Amino acid sequence: MTDKTQYLVRQEPYYQVQGREVVLYEAAYRARLPVMVKGPTGCGKSRFIEYMAWKLGKPLITVACNEDMTASDLVGRYLLDADGTRWLDGPLTTAARIGAICYLDEIVEARQDTTVVIHPLTDHRRTLPLDKKGELIEAHADFQLVISYNPGYQSLMKDLKQSTKQRFTAFDFDYPAAALEAQIVARETGVDAAIAAQLVKVAQAARNLKGHGLDEGISTRLIVYAATLIGHGVAPRDACRMAMVRPITDDADIRATLDHAIDATFDANPA
Amino acid sequence: MPTGIRPVTDARQRQMAHPQVQAWWQALDCGFAPVADVFEECLDEALSSFSKAQMEAYIEAARFIGKLGRGPEPLLAFLEEWPAVAAAASGDQEPLLPQVMGAIRAMQKSPNSTAITPFLQTLAAVARRLQSAEQIELYIDIALNLMARTSGSIHGHHDTFPSPGLPAFFEQAPRLVGLLSTAGLRNWTEFGVRNYASHPQRQVEYFSLKSADSHAVLQRERRGTLFADVERSLDLYLRALWRDSDLIVPYSTAFDELRKPVPYYDKLGMRVPDVFDDVAGTGSISNVSGLDRYRAVLAHMIGHRRWSTAQIADNWSPFQRMAVEFFEDCRVDTLLIREYPGLRRIFLALHPHPRQDACDPETTSCLRHRLAMLSRALLDPGHGYTDAVLLDFVRRFHEHLSAGESGTADIAALALAYVTRTRRPSDQLANIHFDDTVIDYRDDNRHLWKFIEEGDEEQAFDAERKLEPSEEPRGLPPRRYPEWDDASQTYRPDWVSVYEALHASGTAADIDRLLQKHAALAKHLKRLLDLLKPQDKVRIRYQEEGSDLDLDVAINSLIDFRSGVAPDPRINMSHRTDGRDICVLLLLDLSESLNEKVAGTGNVDGQTVLELSQEAVSLLAWAIDCLGDPFAIAGFHSNTRHEVRYQHIKGFSERWDDTVKARLAAMRAGWSTRMGAALRHAGHYLAARRADKKILLLLTDGEPADVDVTEPNHLRADARKAVEELSAQGVDTFCLSLDPKADEYVRGIFGKRHLVLDRVAQLPEKLPLLYMALTR
Ligand SMILES: Nc1ncnc2c1ncn2[C@@H]1O[C@H](COP(=O)(O)OP(=O)(O)O)[C@@H](O)[C@H]1O
Ligand SMILES: [Mg+2]
Repeated sequence: MTDKTQYLVRQEPYYQVQGREVVLYEAAYRARLPVMVKGPTGCGKSRFIEYMAWKLGKPLITVACNEDMTASDLVGRYLLDADGTRWLDGPLTTAARIGAICYLDEIVEARQDTTVVIHPLTDHRRTLPLDKKGELIEAHADFQLVISYNPGYQSLMKDLKQSTKQRFTAFDFDYPAAALEAQIVARETGVDAAIAAQLVKVAQAARNLKGHGLDEGISTRLIVYAATLIGHGVAPRDACRMAMVRPITDDADIRATLDHAIDATFDANPA
Repeated sequence: MPTGIRPVTDARQRQMAHPQVQAWWQALDCGFAPVADVFEECLDEALSSFSKAQMEAYIEAARFIGKLGRGPEPLLAFLEEWPAVAAAASGDQEPLLPQVMGAIRAMQKSPNSTAITPFLQTLAAVARRLQSAEQIELYIDIALNLMARTSGSIHGHHDTFPSPGLPAFFEQAPRLVGLLSTAGLRNWTEFGVRNYASHPQRQVEYFSLKSADSHAVLQRERRGTLFADVERSLDLYLRALWRDSDLIVPYSTAFDELRKPVPYYDKLGMRVPDVFDDVAGTGSISNVSGLDRYRAVLAHMIGHRRWSTAQIADNWSPFQRMAVEFFEDCRVDTLLIREYPGLRRIFLALHPHPRQDACDPETTSCLRHRLAMLSRALLDPGHGYTDAVLLDFVRRFHEHLSAGESGTADIAALALAYVTRTRRPSDQLANIHFDDTVIDYRDDNRHLWKFIEEGDEEQAFDAERKLEPSEEPRGLPPRRYPEWDDASQTYRPDWVSVYEALHASGTAADIDRLLQKHAALAKHLKRLLDLLKPQDKVRIRYQEEGSDLDLDVAINSLIDFRSGVAPDPRINMSHRTDGRDICVLLLLDLSESLNEKVAGTGNVDGQTVLELSQEAVSLLAWAIDCLGDPFAIAGFHSNTRHEVRYQHIKGFSERWDDTVKARLAAMRAGWSTRMGAALRHAGHYLAARRADKKILLLLTDGEPADVDVTEPNHLRADARKAVEELSAQGVDTFCLSLDPKADEYVRGIFGKRHLVLDRVAQLPEKLPLLYMALTR
């Protein structure tokens, strides 16, 4: 049996509460309801789940979903070894056995035929059939399924099936309000409050372009990166370009506009 | 007329007052009296700047020009202009004089000697703009090149005809070099030479700036930042930094040198110049790019929109209003800088910094000067002024703004106090000090005033408003496309304006009725469609990683392994859906001819082509929707190159639903068929899509034509070019033509990718079938 303590979150993660999400999550966990956290990339979804796992004292198994992922990557597969073939549990199976919170991050990245394997775990059955192995696993009493989902992607190709969506309770996340976000950045990286506020201002300029050439704005995560660079002595204007603007777009006009926003925000002194 | 009679003596005998001038006069050996009249004056200027050797070269050159046999004009022009030319080229005539003389000789030798006079007459003005011998040499090169390629080539008679365009070119040269860099001038000239080398009349029109394409190319080649090039950036700027957006409309600055228009905004949008030069910084003032100048103008307007409220103008004098405007502009700028501190640098670099003592209040009205200094001081902590009243008002201004945003009325009160405090009788003088008082990133503040009495001013505003192009569809600015000119094998830049709009809506039920009418056909189509639908999963074997173990392969591997042979690790397989990845845009010709009734058998109802198209398009849309391919529908027609209308009927992201059907139901025909522009515009939407196959399906009943084009081949050639361009962008164009005469030209435009339907009545059936055949 897998050692479940290796999946425990040992240290309290820093999580800035934004509303009633902690209490509500606790209630969902008590009822072992599956949870979906929705929101743009890098807005704190994973951090929140990590924090909740710590607060509840439960193991957390995170799977970053991607396009190449198949059902076997979640459930498990036979491997060849010297004596023939050997079964290896996938992360979802492990979580169901040991009673962990299984967090499928960015689930829309996975193909739809992959995601259907979670269905039996999300209703009253709470079971996971391992077809190839001929085994039916009853989920551990502590097991909970959590998925994250970025509705911004909504291309027709990348959307959750309605039949999948209908199985979850959901939290709507978004980038925190400016003051709160600045506070998070300052606390997370140690930059001073004024700089954190300026970084957030630049990020908001980019978020205003969502749908006008940008699919996503600048995430809290990227602001944190920029602030981290500043903490390591990089000049704010360089840090912003490098961590906040260059990663999100190759569109020259947008880049120039955001560069201008950086200069306008950080009062460029003519060199 | 006795006064007009001169003694008929040889001008050579004329006595100059100064003995030295007399010596040069003799050296010139000139018999023209008008030259003798001004010679002393000309020499005065030359003598003050030229050395002895330079004087000799100058007179030698003049002597040559005097003997060309072209009368006194070229000599007069040379004597008068040359010192100024040399001065502009930093006083150094050495390298330049041989160039100019060479050019004159070349013109003299060719049949272009009449161009010598205009060349010399405008040379000084050109030189003043170009400011360096090198640039002037380039200019001369361009002119000689123009001459060589436009002279005497007609009907192969060499060098017998002068260049029609050359004199016109010289006459326009000062203005041209004012607007264009030498590189731009070269391109502009090149365009004229290439297109009109054998059209004397059009060539003259082009080089005298009288034709539309001459303007268009000039605009394209202008120095500085063109609005057209930064339009998108400005839209992004408004959205990103100010969460705002509006129509931004450029006004022309090239042909309006006297009355320099000022930016403004009104209900119809934000008006900005069509081009901004960069502003070069000096010392501590930084450079400001043309793009940043646009941003500054927009930011200032945004500031007014956010924070200014209109004031009642009636009770205030013009001076008071001017002061209120300056104060309010500064309040707005201050608040903008609060929002984005980096704006201060840009504003200050664009804001004049008048010298404190530049204006003499005894002789001149100094109000503008005072206000410009105050405005500077309000924004620039390092303004350096010492006037006590100014300093006092700067302090009071910041006090007003220290607690918050203040307001227009509040700041207007401060402005009135300022006027009272600083009033001088000389403010009324007609002689107004203007230097360094114009702040060109600020708009004209028309939004700041409202008039209670029906005054003159309001009428003036109304009159102006009536001049707005009311025809233009509101919403989107036109997109400009080039047009291919087959005769000259070049593009005419920005030639065609395409206006986009959403198609009007009618009743969706009408379309459902049409579909109902074709129910039998639909059923038949449905069977065919099912065959086309994405097939089920395809297995991909031999994968190291896969969703399933491929048992056959795995067992083989295992056997290999057991028997000591290296096993193949690719024992898994996975699946992929065999999808259609097709995206299609259906482009409908909505020109006038569609209103004609369909002739021939099979059309008992006497339907028009338009009605049949409507049915066909409805069926096709339904069919594509069944297949699940992303598709869009748009219509177009044109009324000269200035107005090509492109109407969205269905966007890629829209469903085939009642909204779309309602638009389809409202389809109307009119005007002409400028096909190339419509193809380019439709193609740019397709090019932006991601799909394995991108199809532009054009439905038309005739050949490309428009009322401003007489040459039938021109628009055909342009359409062919557009098809080629699209193909290079990965878009396949296919044309379904309903024109019985289409055979004459469709192949020329679309190559094999076309179908001519001679029994138009079959269209509703044929169009969906065609699509299926194309995408099978
Ligand atoms: N509420 C929050 N409290 C603390 N940190 C946060 C919060 N929101 C965002 N962050 C910061 O943003 C980063 C990205 O968040 P993350 O949870 O990884 O985003 P997501 O899972 O939504 O893509 C975190 O590493 C953290 O630094
Ligand atoms: Mg203004």
